[in-house]
Amino acid sequence: MFSTALTWSDLAFLAQGAAMTLAVTAVSVAAGTLLGILFGVIRVQAGPYWSMPLTFVLDVFRSVPLLIQLVLANAFQSIAKLGWAPFTTSCVVLSLYTAAYCTEIVRGGISSVPATTRRAARSLGMTWWQDMRYIVAPLATRVSLPSWIGLTLGVMKDSALVLWLGLIELLRASQILVTRLQEPLFILLICGAIYFLISFPIARLGGYLEKRWSPND
Amino acid sequence: MFNYTFHWNQALKALPQMLDGALITLQIALLSMLIGVVCALALTGFRLSGNRALSGFATAWIEIARNTPALFQIYMAHFGLGNFGIHLSPYTALLVGIAFNNAGYLAENFRGALKAIPDTQARAGRSLGMTALQAFRYIILPQMMRVAFLPTTNQMVWAILMTSLGVTVGMNTDLAGVTQELNARSFRTFEFFALAAVIYYVIAKAVTLAARAIASRMFRY
Repeated sequence: MFSTALTWSDLAFLAQGAAMTLAVTAVSVAAGTLLGILFGVIRVQAGPYWSMPLTFVLDVFRSVPLLIQLVLANAFQSIAKLGWAPFTTSCVVLSLYTAAYCTEIVRGGISSVPATTRRAARSLGMTWWQDMRYIVAPLATRVSLPSWIGLTLGVMKDSALVLWLGLIELLRASQILVTRLQEPLFILLICGAIYFLISFPIARLGGYLEKRWSPND
Repeated sequence: MFNYTFHWNQALKALPQMLDGALITLQIALLSMLIGVVCALALTGFRLSGNRALSGFATAWIEIARNTPALFQIYMAHFGLGNFGIHLSPYTALLVGIAFNNAGYLAENFRGALKAIPDTQARAGRSLGMTALQAFRYIILPQMMRVAFLPTTNQMVWAILMTSLGVTVGMNTDLAGVTQELNARSFRTFEFFALAAVIYYVIAKAVTLAARAIASRMFRY
């Protein structure tokens, strides 16, 4: 009835691709989040006027297609003779891309903390850092975490584009198998199922947290 | 560091070609949004219909659209449908893929917008003698539009950015495709793609600003 030329080693090949997808995502989200927190705090501290240059640069990362960004970065690193591997280039671009979105999330989180609460902290004798660490951070995390989870999943899905630089991640791995086995639908369905299995539970968790932690329930 | 001469002239000479590509990009994005909005409204209706099969279908569509990469969805339309003997051109495959993606995200937005309007309003309309359709048309829809407008324009920007993925399935008439074709001929990758990036940026900003202008006129009160 149903027969396929797909072997176990092909499935292992797909799993390797999925591991590459997860590796690129993990590195980019980790670096992007750190940068995003830094930029977010800078944006709040500096105010809208002085942070305009930063806002503009980050906005560029959100208004230019990721594919174009990847191609540009790859061309740039070869022009500048940096000798980066495709993995490095992909991670750098995706980190900045993540940071651009994360900055907005962090900024939203910080500004959701009422000014009065922060003033109360300061008048209790807390330093700026203590206020940030013990008052703002816990409250802002509550507001930001659901959107941060959404961002992480978005980056995971967008990381499929790094195939353009020749990195063999999940989608590229399945494309290679499709070319060899000529069973596009079956292999792509497996590939989609893997993406879905990674993404869906985490998306559900995000939705749950959003409901559970929504500030005015 | 830079042992490289930039040839911006070549890229600028190709500007008219690239602007033609930008028009195709806009065309695909607009069409995909139109199809997406219609499908999303249908999906929202299916979900509320109470019919198990219909709401299951809608949920499946929405979850698949939201939990797999857009590029995967385009691949599915281009390579996957070939199993059924349906061979779509890159243009159609791109359009189908993005419209599918848009519909999933927009349906979720519309659902959120519907939720934001209290049931009591529709009931008030009904008790004033409106039919269900009238209540929806004159009470629910205008308020729903107000809530859903901003997310919808965001999705439009996303659709524009997503059209660049067409180049991976052999699309060569949209902005990314034209740029790639020029690049393949001259290997001036950086110059051409930098220009493309500027054009994408301008389009995205123009759409955002236009949407803001429309919103401030439409939702003045």
